[in-house]
Amino acid sequence: MKHLLSIRDLSQLEATSLLASANEMSAVNRRALKTLPTLRGKTVVNLFYENSTRTRISFEISAKRLGADVINVSSEVSSASKGESLRDTAQTLEALGADAIVLRHPMSGAAHAMATRNWISSSVINAGDGRHEHPTQALLDALTISRVFGSGFDFKGIKVLIVGDLYHSRVARSNFLLLNLLGAKVIATGPRQLVPQGFDQMGVEIYDSFDEALSEQPDVVMMLRVQKERMQADLAFSTSDYQSDWSLNEERLRQLKSECAIMHPGPMNRGLEISNSAADDPRSRVLDQVQNGLAVRMAVLHHLLGGQS
Amino acid sequence: MAITLKNVMISNGKRVDIRTENGAIAEIGSISEKGIDCSGLVALAGFVDPHTHLRQPGFESSETVMSGTRTAAKGGYVAVTAMANTNPVADTAAIVEEVMALGEASRYAFVQPIGAVTKGLGGSQLSDLAGMHNSNAQVRVFSDDGLCVFDDDLMKEALEKVLPFDGVIAQHAQDPTKTVGSQMNDGALSVELGLTGWPTVAEESIIKRDAELALETGSRLHVCHVTTGGGVEIIRWAKKQGARITAEVTPHHLLLNQELVRGYDPVYKVNPPLRTEGDAAALLEGLLDGTIDMLGTDHAPHSAEKKDCEWENAAFGMIGLESAASVLHQVLVASGAGDWELFEKIISTNAAKMLGLQNYGAIKVGERANMTLFNPDEHLQGNEPSVSKSSNSPYFPLTLKGRVQHTMRDGYFTMFDQVLEEFND
Repeated sequence: MKHLLSIRDLSQLEATSLLASANEMSAVNRRALKTLPTLRGKTVVNLFYENSTRTRISFEISAKRLGADVINVSSEVSSASKGESLRDTAQTLEALGADAIVLRHPMSGAAHAMATRNWISSSVINAGDGRHEHPTQALLDALTISRVFGSGFDFKGIKVLIVGDLYHSRVARSNFLLLNLLGAKVIATGPRQLVPQGFDQMGVEIYDSFDEALSEQPDVVMMLRVQKERMQADLAFSTSDYQSDWSLNEERLRQLKSECAIMHPGPMNRGLEISNSAADDPRSRVLDQVQNGLAVRMAVLHHLLGGQS
Repeated sequence: MAITLKNVMISNGKRVDIRTENGAIAEIGSISEKGIDCSGLVALAGFVDPHTHLRQPGFESSETVMSGTRTAAKGGYVAVTAMANTNPVADTAAIVEEVMALGEASRYAFVQPIGAVTKGLGGSQLSDLAGMHNSNAQVRVFSDDGLCVFDDDLMKEALEKVLPFDGVIAQHAQDPTKTVGSQMNDGALSVELGLTGWPTVAEESIIKRDAELALETGSRLHVCHVTTGGGVEIIRWAKKQGARITAEVTPHHLLLNQELVRGYDPVYKVNPPLRTEGDAAALLEGLLDGTIDMLGTDHAPHSAEKKDCEWENAAFGMIGLESAASVLHQVLVASGAGDWELFEKIISTNAAKMLGLQNYGAIKVGERANMTLFNPDEHLQGNEPSVSKSSNSPYFPLTLKGRVQHTMRDGYFTMFDQVLEEFND
């Protein structure tokens, strides 16, 4: 494996092997000396054309724990604002010694462009491209689910409900694909104007309302962040409508199974898609997700750069 | 100069010899004198493209009339059109005459300029259609291709304006209000890939409206690059109603489909977009029953900078002159779906008729010797270097069945044995 661009490209075996390796990395993260310097001498560049403190920091810590040098380039300081092409930026970073480029970009397919057009020979990790995918997020979510249910990586019998702005969500798309690959049943719901036709082709059953979906007694409820900054004017919705129809509020919290896992990719809009009581509920796995993100990103970097195929 | 082609098959399946003299076809039959052995080849009326972007004036880094006509000859074409979306836009007599003159300076192919329907392709004011028709370029077909003539009244007025001289409005059917920011075919795949969809209804609603306007005005309408099964259905209906309507399909919409977009390689980014396998099958069906009249390459050269970037930043369009005949052969003849007579109509006769080109579209004694000799047994590698100034061909990973062997224009070869002739005049 040279790049991680899309869950669509992974076989079930590749996915489970990445997750198994992430499990091992979690053990490293529990040690007092949290390093496993297999990438000493390698350089990882975080190239972020969109702000994302948490993903960027997660990749940075992961790479550092593996002993790699890490450079952070964000759109404010890169030449992008001066009109440099993605190709030139990629080639410049490679000339400066980048072994892997972790790319966050507002356009769907940007990571594919960087990886597959013979621009560079460095590894490319997709850290979120437009409305397309965010594969490491889906992997860390799968690791979290696996740990909650002690299920290994066979998710047969596990029902996952994903709620919110599906249209804009690359987290949802990567999760649809990976959860299906691992055998889970995936259902989803959200405001009609944010649920385009066609998700059924990705193995998802769509429900018209949150409450109808909840009556299916899901084992996992994954709340998506309301991406206010992406909402176009014509999709404007009222906050109070969203809260009443799509928020994981106290009333809905009471309907969840006692062993249901509450997940959110963060950052949370408390009081909008998720209430305080849900975010802080004992069943909330939000901080586990953050921790598992380190293990998953260490595993991915190790797979791509550590000489393992 | 006289040339004799020996033992060649013509579209009706007969094996004949063909003798040309002084640029015309002098004799077809069994000819005793020696000549060029053409056994294994099919002689077809020289190919005519109703839809070519030659990019000159304004975008000479992508293509020029000279490089475009050389590319045409390489693909077996003896006549091409020059779409109006140049800079300046071909919306006045002066500009279409300039393009005409550029064409006359090339011996590789006849160039018929297409005039813009609206000034500057702006979609709000008609160009001087009669003026362009009465110019040296004798423009008969007008198109805002790349953009749609969207306004109902303006479209009707354009159809009425060209009626007196039996002109044609060639429409790029795309409702702009339904395709803001569109990147690929609308559907489950665009949802998965996170690219804004281009819904089929945006094409079909315009075809439907235009067909009704064509019926109402009695004018001639040409539908550029139809891509959807629904569009084919509407054209079929309109022809039954007696509308004077012709339609074209591109090679890429016949052979390729949207699955290719998965890798986000902008070489597959084209407008209208690649559709589904089902649409491609409906397009072939439309060719077979005569609903779709002709092949239009929509040869759209773009410099590498406009394609070697992120999908959303890339330009729409692909080159197609050199590969069109091989694609049509593969889809139509080699597959067994149709015969050489239909092939010839689709790639030459019907386009010549629509464009009003007198000297093209048939191999007949007394007519000008415009012929393409096609070799069905050889292959065209999609990654062969292009004669075009651009290299945005979507067929680079493919091997296509059949290729053009010789191209003859007005009795002289522009390509012989797959090699372009060089003219020193």
